[in-house]
Amino acid sequence: MRRHAVLWSFVALALVVLAPFGVVLVNGFKSPEQYSTDGPISLPDRVSLDGITAVWERVDYGEKLLNSLLISSSVAVLAVVLAVLNAYALGIGRIKGRTWVLVLFLAANTLPQEALAYPLYFLANETGLYDTRLSVIIVFTAIQSAFGTYLLASTFSGFPRELLDAAVVDGAGKWQTLLRVVVPVSRPTLGVLFVFFFIWTWNEFFLPMVLLISNGNQTVPVSLGVLQGQQMMDATASSASALLGVVPAIAFFLLFQRALARGITAGAIK
Amino acid sequence: MTSAAPRVRRRRGSGGTYPLFLVPGALLLLAVILVPFGMNIGTSFTSWSGVGDPTWIGLDNYGKLLGDSTFWQSFRNNAALVVAMAIVPTALGLMIAAGLHDHVGRNFGPRPAAILRACVYLPQVLPIAVAGIVWGWLLAPQGGAVNELLGALGAESLARNWLGDPDLALWSVMAVLLWVQIGYPVVVFMAGMGRVDPSLHEAAQLDGASWWGRFRHVTVPQLRPEVFVVLLTCTIASLKVFAPVYVLTRGGPGGATNVPAYYSFQNFFEKAKVGYGSAIATVLTLLIVVLTALFLRAQNKGEDG
Repeated sequence: MRRHAVLWSFVALALVVLAPFGVVLVNGFKSPEQYSTDGPISLPDRVSLDGITAVWERVDYGEKLLNSLLISSSVAVLAVVLAVLNAYALGIGRIKGRTWVLVLFLAANTLPQEALAYPLYFLANETGLYDTRLSVIIVFTAIQSAFGTYLLASTFSGFPRELLDAAVVDGAGKWQTLLRVVVPVSRPTLGVLFVFFFIWTWNEFFLPMVLLISNGNQTVPVSLGVLQGQQMMDATASSASALLGVVPAIAFFLLFQRALARGITAGAIK
Repeated sequence: MTSAAPRVRRRRGSGGTYPLFLVPGALLLLAVILVPFGMNIGTSFTSWSGVGDPTWIGLDNYGKLLGDSTFWQSFRNNAALVVAMAIVPTALGLMIAAGLHDHVGRNFGPRPAAILRACVYLPQVLPIAVAGIVWGWLLAPQGGAVNELLGALGAESLARNWLGDPDLALWSVMAVLLWVQIGYPVVVFMAGMGRVDPSLHEAAQLDGASWWGRFRHVTVPQLRPEVFVVLLTCTIASLKVFAPVYVLTRGGPGGATNVPAYYSFQNFFEKAKVGYGSAIATVLTLLIVVLTALFLRAQNKGEDG
């Protein structure tokens, strides 16, 4: 009896946490007419795509999805590459002053973005990069690779020395050792980093909002967030836009679940 | 073997090229983070609207901050967010993780425990701006799901303007952030509990310790490193909160939910007081850097001991 009481209380907790997702799902598919008569807590009498298509067209959601995909995947690839190069020098090369360089990278990742926002806005204007997706890619490659460097350097410093020595004996140079030994052996960690960089960049709001003014360049969270911030939306549009924001996140969650579980714990304790 | 050994040593000896691998990363770090951060500090000593030339005014911005009630209020509000995003999630997360690990995991197998953990974690994968959109709509005064639900349950009198009432808005934002945050400590603590030696629990159980007793005297002390990491990372995250405030309340009503991150943004882009905004951002940075330094020191100590 008591065993089940504990289980059911956790099921109840999970349902409370999931309830907002459920409400979003139900209302995203309601017709505006039904919403205005029955409100948000009734079930839809039929699946209506009216609310979703209205918001889809209003923010040109397909374009936002492409922007987000382009920015997030570019950042994830570039940041993993840079982090590997940095960590190779710091974790395996053990260059002089490595502790201080590592602290610098960690500090760079920890800085609040507000302390970079205006200068980045200004510099982007000066260099003609303002309001380009490239500006966001450059900025987040720097921010994510700083964290990746910190994490990978500590992984690499425990890299089996015998493997490195064997590569040297075989006549491999530094590049070959990196590409043929270090990267293949660390592939699982690099995969986790890639997933995290992708999702973190996808979820970013503040700097992308500051750097991307024109609608056509904005990401999913920025375009939906700015729309909501204008407070001009009716309830149907709000629920539909919430749904459109939620769906990619859930898709990533299901796709990357194992990497996420491994990554959170690695990232937290290392 | 004998001929290989000196070759290895020679290669290591001439291995001065490792720093070259650092060059691209270091240049990017310099251009995107270090130089802009230096510019931010420089700007904080000036009066500047963002156009024309900044005027050097020394420490005036910082002096003004000391007497700025909005600034102090934003930090008081941020203290409330530390409670909502770090302290309460850590305490609740410990209980939830222990319950899932000790009860559900033991009696019903790892799968139900993993599924329940995933449910609680789900809000963490939402873009935080989207979490704000979801809750902005759920908490809307007219037609919002929370008030409608209260009405349907016959408790109309409990319906409120959750985000528009100055006495309630901060509590509402805190509740939203708790919902967002709770999954992270649960996942980290459950991983930590997998690390704890089960014989400790068995010994305590033989000594007649209740579940609560074992939780207090075995689980929590064993999880100290995890608790520490979660408390600090969550505190730092709460000091950076911007998107939910922007989307839910825009710092209002009447500054009731303003936070330093949003206040600096207002000065940059709404009030055209770039120098003043930079000073706020610099103070916020200082706070975060101090916390991070403490974190690193304690973490290093933990590894040595």
